[in-house]
Amino acid sequence: MNRFLLVAIALLWAQVSSADNMRLAVTTSFENSGLADVLLPAIKTDIDLDVQLLVVGTGQALKLGAAGDVDAVLVHSKEAEEAFVTAGYGTHRREIMYNDFVIIGPVEDPAGINGAANVIDAMTNIATAKARFVSRGDDSGTHKAERALWAAAGLNIQDHGDWYQAVGSGMGAALNTAAGLNAYIIADRASWLNFGNKKGLSLLFSGDPALYNQYAFLPVDPVKNSHVRNDLAMLLEEWLTGARAAALINGYSIGGEPLFVFNATTD
Amino acid sequence: MSAKFPLELDQVLVQRKGKVLLGPLDLSLKKNGVTIILGPNGSGKTTLLRAMHGIERINGGRITWAQEDPAKHAFVFQSPVVLRRTVAQNLAFPLQLLNVPRAETEAAVAHWLTRIGLSGKSETAATRLSGGERQKLAIARALIRKPDVLFLDEPCANLDGYATREIETILGETAEAGTRLVMATHDMGQARRLADDIVFMLNGKVHETGAAEAVIARPQTEELSAFLKGDIVV
Amino acid sequence: MIDILDGLKAAFWLVISFDAELWEISLRSLRVTLSALIIASLIAIPLGTYLAVQRFRYRRFAISLINALMGLPPVVIGLLVYIALSRSGPFGVLNLLFTPTAMIIAQVIIITPVIASIAHQAMRELWAEYHDLLISLNTTKWQRIVTLIRDGRRNLLTAALAGFGRAIGEVGAIMVVGGNIDHVTRVLTTAIALETGKGDFALALALGFVLIGIAIVVNLAIHTLSRTEREGRW
Repeated sequence: MNRFLLVAIALLWAQVSSADNMRLAVTTSFENSGLADVLLPAIKTDIDLDVQLLVVGTGQALKLGAAGDVDAVLVHSKEAEEAFVTAGYGTHRREIMYNDFVIIGPVEDPAGINGAANVIDAMTNIATAKARFVSRGDDSGTHKAERALWAAAGLNIQDHGDWYQAVGSGMGAALNTAAGLNAYIIADRASWLNFGNKKGLSLLFSGDPALYNQYAFLPVDPVKNSHVRNDLAMLLEEWLTGARAAALINGYSIGGEPLFVFNATTD
Repeated sequence: MSAKFPLELDQVLVQRKGKVLLGPLDLSLKKNGVTIILGPNGSGKTTLLRAMHGIERINGGRITWAQEDPAKHAFVFQSPVVLRRTVAQNLAFPLQLLNVPRAETEAAVAHWLTRIGLSGKSETAATRLSGGERQKLAIARALIRKPDVLFLDEPCANLDGYATREIETILGETAEAGTRLVMATHDMGQARRLADDIVFMLNGKVHETGAAEAVIARPQTEELSAFLKGDIVV
Repeated sequence: MIDILDGLKAAFWLVISFDAELWEISLRSLRVTLSALIIASLIAIPLGTYLAVQRFRYRRFAISLINALMGLPPVVIGLLVYIALSRSGPFGVLNLLFTPTAMIIAQVIIITPVIASIAHQAMRELWAEYHDLLISLNTTKWQRIVTLIRDGRRNLLTAALAGFGRAIGEVGAIMVVGGNIDHVTRVLTTAIALETGKGDFALALALGFVLIGIAIVVNLAIHTLSRTEREGRW
């Protein structure tokens, strides 16, 4: 009996040995796309690097970078990224790839956005119809993009009525809420394709260049946080902008549909 | 045998929340043998015993022993306190507290188990014993450290005749072996059977005291006389 | 309804097929929670017992404080621990953030008041029972604490299991300080949160059923090991 207990205790407390690893904060939309499951093993094979992913919203990712709790950040919010670099928290901003946002809504499409000429018209239709709309509400890259679209359509979010619901959660949770409320929602294509609970929702509008969503890699500045593994961050950046990454990223698809377009340039 | 006595109580006062429970009281216990503290309920017998044993804080006066050694007295409470363990473990407990070697402890436990007639129940949970058995256990546990003085607070108050008789026998043997007994009771018969000298208490004070035979045959005070007759005394 | 059935089916297959990832996060859940439980108990049980036994000036305040701390929202504790362990925080140099150790620290802080409070209640009752006897036997403070803990172990086990329950199902604090990193700090509860957020309800439910199963097994195992249900001993 005692021997059994000892084995159980040993099993429980057996530690995984730590190889060379770095911490990368990424957004929930990136995680939901499933691309990480393809890239991480390749990274391990090619440059023997264990990348630990912290999946959080853009706001929190940048905060972790500023605090020096991660070595680099991969987000999709240009304005916030530039502010991050200007403030001295990141060394620079390196574009890697882009995907796009799509507008999801109830199959019946009460606001009639399917077939709208452009995204501005689509957004305006939703507001006019006062159709239920779910917003991320969490200051994430997706949320910022959504806000930018309302602004571009000349609509003030403050004037929106009860039909506008800000939930304050990640993409998957927000999609769940939209499914439950039968509401419109802006999502990144990857999250939508991977979403398992579509119910009465369907993809109603996409393709407008205003919906393109640029991902960028920002190494945390070692000047402000001397302990960060900037060497590993640079190693990863080199890989992410190389041919292998390009092939994997461009080749990644869900149900036959490609998601990301690699657009890193050699600096 | 070491002389624990005389025990002197000098103007001892015990009060709680403004109410005087005991004293001011003077008392001197000299002899060996059995002292019975007699008196109606509420007369302060329990408080006096507890004060003498040192588990009741006194608010005035002094208590002095000829030689102070707290481990050398023991107490048996009116409602027996048993540990949530077996009978044998209960008996062993006081010896374990003193780090007595295991062999010696086991021998003492076996001896006392036989004396109180609980050898067959040594592994029973003490909480499952009857009232009489518990009190016998409590007495054995009190005596296992060979105290010089044993205080008992109405040990037979809640017991039937059989149990009372068994306990009085054990107490008699104990007194004969040289242990000083100081016992409170309101049972006249018990006092008659066991006492060498008597302290009669009333309203927190010593009302009358003296050698047992003398006091019982020729009580000096009206109240003791009434009490001995079985009247209610207040 | 379909989701629940799907969840049960998925749970069944995950367990039967010894799914590697399930094992990994389950073992990690147990490791974190049991470590936290042991550490928290080592602090809380003597603390609760001490508060029951020792009278000191701010005792009532200390007891109220512990009871109040039970109500602290775990996610707030997680945030505070994150701030403390962050590289830009006071304990950043220890490099503990986003490790299982950070999760253990957060859970210890969360469950210690729970265990201490229940332990204190149990010990207080037992102390009331043993008080006279232990004082009469001239026990040291340490002897009293040891005796109470030993004799009250059944209730202390209940206290510990209450702590276990709180910890194994906790998700807010360990999400913040652990980061839910795959293969490093992902445990059952954070995995459930992740899968729920992705919309994969079946998998989330499956993990949930596994979690419930583990909690039941641990409870049963501990009760069997300590034979609390055996007749005559309790």
